Amino acid sequence: MVFNSKEELMENQKAYEATKSLLYQLADDDFLIAYRGSEWLGLAPHIEEDVAFSSINQDTMGHAVMYFQLLEELGEGKADDLSHLRNPREFRNAVILEMKNGSGTYLEKPDYDWAFAVVRNLFYDYAKTIRLQSLKESSYKPLAYMAQRILSEEYYHLMHWELWFKQLMDSTPEARQRMEAAIERVWDDFDGVLTLGPKKEDMESCQLIGGEKELKDQWLKRVQSIFEDVNYTIDRTPGMKNGNGRKGEHTEDLDQALSILSEVYRMDPVTNW
Amino acid sequence: MLEMAQSLTEEEKYHRFMERIEAGERIEADDWMPDDYREALIRLISMHAVSEIMGALPEKEWVPKAPTLHRKLAIMAKVQDEMGHGQLLLRVAEDLMKPLGRNREDILKDLFSGKLKFHNVFHMKAPTWGDAGIIAWLVDGAAIITQSMSLNSSYGPYARALQRICAEEVFHAQHGESIILALTEGTEEQKKMIQTSLTEWWPALLMFFGPRSKENVGKSHVNKNIKYKIRTKTNEDLRQEFFNKYVPRIQSIGLKIPDETIHFNEEKGEWIYEQPDWDEFKKIVTGHGPMSKERLELRTTSYENTAWVRDALANRNVKEAY
Repeated sequence: MVFNSKEELMENQKAYEATKSLLYQLADDDFLIAYRGSEWLGLAPHIEEDVAFSSINQDTMGHAVMYFQLLEELGEGKADDLSHLRNPREFRNAVILEMKNGSGTYLEKPDYDWAFAVVRNLFYDYAKTIRLQSLKESSYKPLAYMAQRILSEEYYHLMHWELWFKQLMDSTPEARQRMEAAIERVWDDFDGVLTLGPKKEDMESCQLIGGEKELKDQWLKRVQSIFEDVNYTIDRTPGMKNGNGRKGEHTEDLDQALSILSEVYRMDPVTNW
Repeated sequence: MLEMAQSLTEEEKYHRFMERIEAGERIEADDWMPDDYREALIRLISMHAVSEIMGALPEKEWVPKAPTLHRKLAIMAKVQDEMGHGQLLLRVAEDLMKPLGRNREDILKDLFSGKLKFHNVFHMKAPTWGDAGIIAWLVDGAAIITQSMSLNSSYGPYARALQRICAEEVFHAQHGESIILALTEGTEEQKKMIQTSLTEWWPALLMFFGPRSKENVGKSHVNKNIKYKIRTKTNEDLRQEFFNKYVPRIQSIGLKIPDETIHFNEEKGEWIYEQPDWDEFKKIVTGHGPMSKERLELRTTSYENTAWVRDALANRNVKEAY
């Protein structure tokens, strides 16, 4: 099964619907984690990290834009409208990616937790890399080419977070304790990233992306391997404690994020900005 | 060469140093330099560095709020550049401070305690998207003017850092101009938004270059910096350059400068304008501006909150894997 263009894709209703569903997940995941990352601007643990982290967030926001543009091509409406005007219940990102780090106010007393940022980003980048490697073989060719491009940047992001993770897991007792608390927190909701939502069978049968279970197993293998490096174990599988974002279940943190992200655009979505 | 330099008296070293300055030679980090030259550089460059870093704070509000995806990407890139400039300049300042036994930690502590000042513009509020446009277009535009002057600074590492910084600032100013043009060509509400921003920012933009002479605010380091060719122009020269470049542009896109008196006097060959309130300037740069306290607190508490991270890095067991 191969769809070389949107025209070919749109002839197959099942594949067309499944592709859109998948693209919303990809776009919204990157959009939200890039936003939560950009909250750190100017406030990272040191200036070198500020430069690196803001570069990563910029890349990630760029990836979200690429997916939104694919959705626009598929007739879903303007990319800017999709990202700024959708109702929060229409978002398909995983809940863990929308969650506040600290107080959620990035201008006063943000009270961020760097351990949470490191763990959330590392786990996400493992999942993202595995997903992209699978998407390289996607039957929808415009998405496959895009995945290839994004992967080349993703390599550096993953390396960055792996280094942070190892350094902080293998240092002071305080750092270890903070990191373990962050792992537990992220773990409790990380299944939300690993699930492909209600259309997962269609995505797989149309060869848009690999099977959910296979991708999840790969992720667990990568995570277990780095856990071994730092002498850490966890005795349960990842959960979805705060809801399944792929089904439109979200927390208030998403409402808060989206109202900030769309504050100016909503003043007048028709005009040129 | 080194031995020869050591056998010279301090006075001879100073004489030789001034000969190099006057011949337009570049001084490098390991060269002999008089203490007050080193101090002048440290003061100037660490203030420039922390201004870049503190400058991220008024802009960061507008990173997620930037109206469209395209604008979001552009402003993310811009603020990332500013952080990069801060990093580059901190390194230049650190090299200068090394012989004095001081380091980056000291720069940040001086910032937090209020001893080290940052640019007046970054003490201001930036309540609307129009302000993000003004910062990128006119604050960065003003920065290009002052920094271009120092491209030929007698201190080599600073001059080279500025070369890269200025190149990036040109993009920022273009990004800002594009925001401004979209607003001035937009709806009545957008036009109002940008006019309000310009009106609010105008006095701060004039203050950006510093007072005309030290009578306005007390002590000034301009003369010494000129003697050592760290800078080549006075504050007023720079402000006049800013007017030359921006007054006609601002007026041509239909914005009104909030100064009825501003005009170019052909006879004197300079712009005549209403002075900003220099007492206010003094208050702002000494940490009593509209947002000084909030921004410093934000930076300070974030630094304290991540102390455990720096502590962990200093005590880590993992070998650098990459």
